[in-house]
Amino acid sequence: MYDGGKIIAGLTIFLAVVTFPILYNMGKPSAVPEPKLNTPEIQQLQEKHCVESKEYMRANHMQLLNDWRDWAVRDGKRVYVNSEGKHFTISLQNTCMHCHSNKKEFCDRCHTYANVKPYCWSCHLAPKEKET
Amino acid sequence: MSINRREFLKLAGFSTVLGLTGSSVIDELLKSKADASQVLLDEKALSAKRWAMIIDTSKFKTEEDYKNVIQACHSIHNVPDIGNPKDEVKWIWTDTYEHTFPGQENEYIPEGIKHKPFLLLCNHCDNPPCVRVCPTKATFKRKDGIVMMDQHRCIGCRFCMAACPFGARSFNWRDPRPFIKETNPEYPSRTKGVVEKCTFCFERLAKGLQPACVEKSNGGLIFGDLSDPKSEARKVLSTHYTIRRKPEIGTQPSVYYIIGTGGNENA
Repeated sequence: MYDGGKIIAGLTIFLAVVTFPILYNMGKPSAVPEPKLNTPEIQQLQEKHCVESKEYMRANHMQLLNDWRDWAVRDGKRVYVNSEGKHFTISLQNTCMHCHSNKKEFCDRCHTYANVKPYCWSCHLAPKEKET
Repeated sequence: MSINRREFLKLAGFSTVLGLTGSSVIDELLKSKADASQVLLDEKALSAKRWAMIIDTSKFKTEEDYKNVIQACHSIHNVPDIGNPKDEVKWIWTDTYEHTFPGQENEYIPEGIKHKPFLLLCNHCDNPPCVRVCPTKATFKRKDGIVMMDQHRCIGCRFCMAACPFGARSFNWRDPRPFIKETNPEYPSRTKGVVEKCTFCFERLAKGLQPACVEKSNGGLIFGDLSDPKSEARKVLSTHYTIRRKPEIGTQPSVYYIIGTGGNENA
């Protein structure tokens, strides 16, 4: 191999640079996003319970929102009966965001972490955030 | 091992039955919690087989009368006021008699009608051409006759705008948000690149309220069910002579006009 030393040295430097971010962060725990549930609206609730259980919402809120959208817009049905038989008005802006009035600290925390960019907010209006 | 025809058919039949029922049993077991829940109509919701609107033009006398109605609609639906006719977004607006009822004008109609503004909005046609051309079913006809827009599906192709004979649809050429003076936090805005129009206030009907324009019209707008002979709309239609826009096209509009100057013949 002509100039073997130079090539190997170059490759080593290249690999070191490319893998630096992985090696640098290895073993370090990355900050787990913690969506904040502490809004004045939630504080006022007697029973702090979302439309479905916390585990269900965490795993399936996107499917639920998808169903809600179709039921409200396409079928015109606006009352959701949850698994416990309780009734809720189907509305992102008036039901979900009424309690979760902190989009930045609730929705965005996980969405930013997971690098997902739902386009809800290009039309739907996010609640006005109160400065705390 | 040999198998005769009879045994083979038996085996095939048995495994088919097992396969079919087996999958439904598994499906039943896998049903998630949310599937057990359901959706209902609000008890207060207004329902109909054919929603329609009658515009009694004689009740609209001053500029304020029109403004109130248009303002009521545009403010609750976050309709932007862009301020130039090229980018204009409108759900309910006015135009002249000549433009509203083309082919019906003549030289000698009363001055009070010739120069009177007429309220225009989506006609919620029985046979809507916009629905036929929409490639994504973003615009569709509900069971109660409302021609609805599903903004989630709109791809902004504007076929519906070309198809609509009444110019009832507006395209968002730019982000409407900066042009909404006061946003209503209870209703979404739209985004750049979608088409929008009047929805007969489907969100208010679902809560048991009349459309916003009807509420603010002081009796100038009558809203009701065409399929119900006892409804207010049918009563008005049976006692007044009404015309519709471009009936010759055959789209069967659901917006009817009672033509009158409102006793202001010489205005």
